[in-house]
Amino acid sequence: MRLLFDYENQQKQSTYLPKCDVEKTELSLKRKQKLHLPVLCENEISRHYTELAKQTHGVNDGFYPLGSCTMKYNPKINDVLAGLGGFTEIHPLQDLESVQGCLELMKQTEEALCTITGMDAMTFQPAAGAHGEFCGLLLIKKYHEIRNDLKRNKIIIPDSAHGTNPASASMAGFKVVTIASKEDGCVDLDALRQAVGEDTAGLMLTNPNTVGLFDKHILEITQIIHDAGGLNYYDGANLNAIMGIARPGDMGFDVIHLNLHKTFSTPHGGGGPGSGPCGCKQFLADYLPGVLPCLTEEGYAWHQPKQSVGAIKAFYGNFLVVVKTWAYLLTLGSEGIRETAQNAVLNANYMMHQLKDTYDLAYNQTCMHEFVISLNKEKHDCNVSAMDIAKALLDYGIHPPTMYFPLIVHEALMIEPTETETQETLDRAVAVFKKIMADAMANPENVHQAPLLTPVRRLDEVKAAREPHLRYVWDKDE
Amino acid sequence: MGNYVPNTAQQQKAMLEAIGMASYDELFSVIPDSVKLDHLDLPEGLSELEVHRLISALAAKNTVYPTIFRGAGAYRHYIPAIVKNVISKEEFITAYTPYQAEISQGILQSIFEYQTMICELTGMDVSNASVYDGASAAAEAVGMCCERKRQKVVVSAAVHPQTLAAVKTYCWGKDREVAVIPERDGITDLAALSNLLDEECACVLIQQPNYYGHLEPCEEIAALAHQAGAKSIMSCNPIMLSILPTPRECGADIAVGEGQPLGMSLAFGGPYLGFMSTVEAMGRRLPGRIVGETVDVEGKRAYVLTLQAREQHIRREKASSNICSNQAYCALNAAVYMTAMGASGMQEAASQCISKAHYLMKQLVNSGLERVYQQEFCHEFVLRSPICCTILLKALKEKGILGGLPLNEYDLLWCATEMNTKEEMDQCAETVKEVLNHAFTL
Repeated sequence: MRLLFDYENQQKQSTYLPKCDVEKTELSLKRKQKLHLPVLCENEISRHYTELAKQTHGVNDGFYPLGSCTMKYNPKINDVLAGLGGFTEIHPLQDLESVQGCLELMKQTEEALCTITGMDAMTFQPAAGAHGEFCGLLLIKKYHEIRNDLKRNKIIIPDSAHGTNPASASMAGFKVVTIASKEDGCVDLDALRQAVGEDTAGLMLTNPNTVGLFDKHILEITQIIHDAGGLNYYDGANLNAIMGIARPGDMGFDVIHLNLHKTFSTPHGGGGPGSGPCGCKQFLADYLPGVLPCLTEEGYAWHQPKQSVGAIKAFYGNFLVVVKTWAYLLTLGSEGIRETAQNAVLNANYMMHQLKDTYDLAYNQTCMHEFVISLNKEKHDCNVSAMDIAKALLDYGIHPPTMYFPLIVHEALMIEPTETETQETLDRAVAVFKKIMADAMANPENVHQAPLLTPVRRLDEVKAAREPHLRYVWDKDE
Repeated sequence: MGNYVPNTAQQQKAMLEAIGMASYDELFSVIPDSVKLDHLDLPEGLSELEVHRLISALAAKNTVYPTIFRGAGAYRHYIPAIVKNVISKEEFITAYTPYQAEISQGILQSIFEYQTMICELTGMDVSNASVYDGASAAAEAVGMCCERKRQKVVVSAAVHPQTLAAVKTYCWGKDREVAVIPERDGITDLAALSNLLDEECACVLIQQPNYYGHLEPCEEIAALAHQAGAKSIMSCNPIMLSILPTPRECGADIAVGEGQPLGMSLAFGGPYLGFMSTVEAMGRRLPGRIVGETVDVEGKRAYVLTLQAREQHIRREKASSNICSNQAYCALNAAVYMTAMGASGMQEAASQCISKAHYLMKQLVNSGLERVYQQEFCHEFVLRSPICCTILLKALKEKGILGGLPLNEYDLLWCATEMNTKEEMDQCAETVKEVLNHAFTL
């Protein structure tokens, strides 16, 4: 495929702006370097991006069981409503009277999400899950700092956690204490008891965890941390499994983040924007960053938390993503939210059940919204890896599961079907998984060649990293 | 309403039976009873039409100003029709981060093209695939510069207040000191900067044009920073970069900025786009996704996420940043905008912004407002009102005009872009004149 910069002839570009209707003012400073940007007519721009779209696999292209990412259907009404001029044309620094609808929408969404999670307050400022983690950890830091409990500089994180957890802890100035999970994939209570102490600032936990299991000792876990003087942080990456069924706020969690682009159906946009609101119990609410909408006698206004940690970005977060979330919540309602979780878990168990005679399950028990299979035996016996199975799926139009995560399972594939897939889609996917395994066992060499039908085949990633070519470069004389 | 769950109650029952369960209770039996909810205290679900009505009613409670003379970090520019059309393709909206390169060449190539255009605007060698916004980009850039013996961060008081706030918060997280260079006559005070610089300084962060729209002496600031062994970071307006000396030409090591002016709506503050680019020597310190060119097994050119050894999923607590999701869709938006406008279109937009801002400034001064600073400015400027700002803004609002942003009781930060016509600006000045005349005849 041609790059935007590969088109040979300079083309006539469209005119978008009228002639300037005032006297021209020139600045005293000018750039010397020529500015190279594509020179394409509109027709070619349209075709270029149409071709790029064809080489992009979206949820609309097929089954997308990417574990931990909750690739559910993205309802179109959400996009339509987020595109209303009454939201898109609003300047973030308009007078309060002129933004009452925005504040009301944020407040309503905040209250609904607090109800779902058992939290008391929430900020939408974090732009993504990792940003929400950073925010939540800053609240924990502030809590200990205000109590003058300055020795609490360690965050405990299970070895099954997403990489963002330890990275966020480090950005908030904490040292990370990693605790090994038990063989059943859950937190080792004895290891946890040994890890806590006077330097414990808190615990970060995903529940259901990254192997798709709900930790049944959750109340003991959060109690151990509280008894030691620490706080409990809930990573909301996997909330889709339990929303409407149980709430982190009732399990002993003090601060959480959500991933609106996962659980609440706002799309992922090829990598973002997401939205990672950070919720907390009342005793932490005064530390939240930014400003929060509140209802006063004169209508909605901004409230500035008194001992705020500051700001983690400009303005109020990815507002249009919040609009999509509110549309989704209104559509689902109380029962729909519960039904979503039930079906997410049912679909995962159904698929796991169908596959367990063909693939080794990392944990052979009822899962939540996702499950992990391991190709460790096949890798060892006939050199068929998780990567091979993943790449073979591409030729069947199925987006592969998350590969090589969680790190505690060798040759892992993590499968999350989500609730928006039909039984028929699951059955077809199961048939494909089984066929790939049968073919691989019959002829292991063939599966190393996959994929064969994609726009490009397996890439030389080592070359990409060793000889970084990160931008197009023009000849000097151009 | 059960929207979006496609399996019927009967199918669900059959699927439960297939896994050997009688009910959903059994499926969730691992959850302790004491935390199980009987009922979620939210209203019942609604039909699509009802949701459309409710949320449209909220949108209608906001005021869309036909005329906007306010910027301060969020700018209304003309967005060619093709931009929103291209980015509304469902694949671009619904895809995840392009981990599976073989079926993600479209997204990956679009990011590579975006990286190239950001490098062209800033004069830099390496760009990442985006971060959350301009403020967090500045905070991440600061993090790139800090080393064990250099933990002091020096920031101009004339950067956007929210950029400064984000930098302070990120630095507080890492227990780093932030020293603010005072402003003098609306630009960074060079003498004060010299006094702040020492061998513990990691970097100097400035904004070009600065919060008040003024041009900063960027070259001198970068030179001062380098003399002290510190890095120079410039936060830039991307439209102005099409005509101003590039951060590279100014001697900066890292260029960041708020990418919203590149074809994104005002959207009440987000989603926006943080762009980041740097010199080759610092490329591996960039946070976030980076796309690189390579070949597939048949030798065909292809694109892939690369240099991942920097990132959280590999390095965990030792990663350069925790960023995972970014603003890829906004980066696509920016790339399509820059492609449609082209270099000449962007330069024309920049030139019109500047020309119109100067025209507006003259008209408003003729109406009785007074310049606060005498610095050279781009498309924003500060004027002092002889009466309280709120009276002026109220009168303008009645004409459908969003006036400048109040910085205090009397000073307003104004902005003009190519969207503002001479007629609008004349009307704005006329309204201001009427209000002031009225105030002084009372």
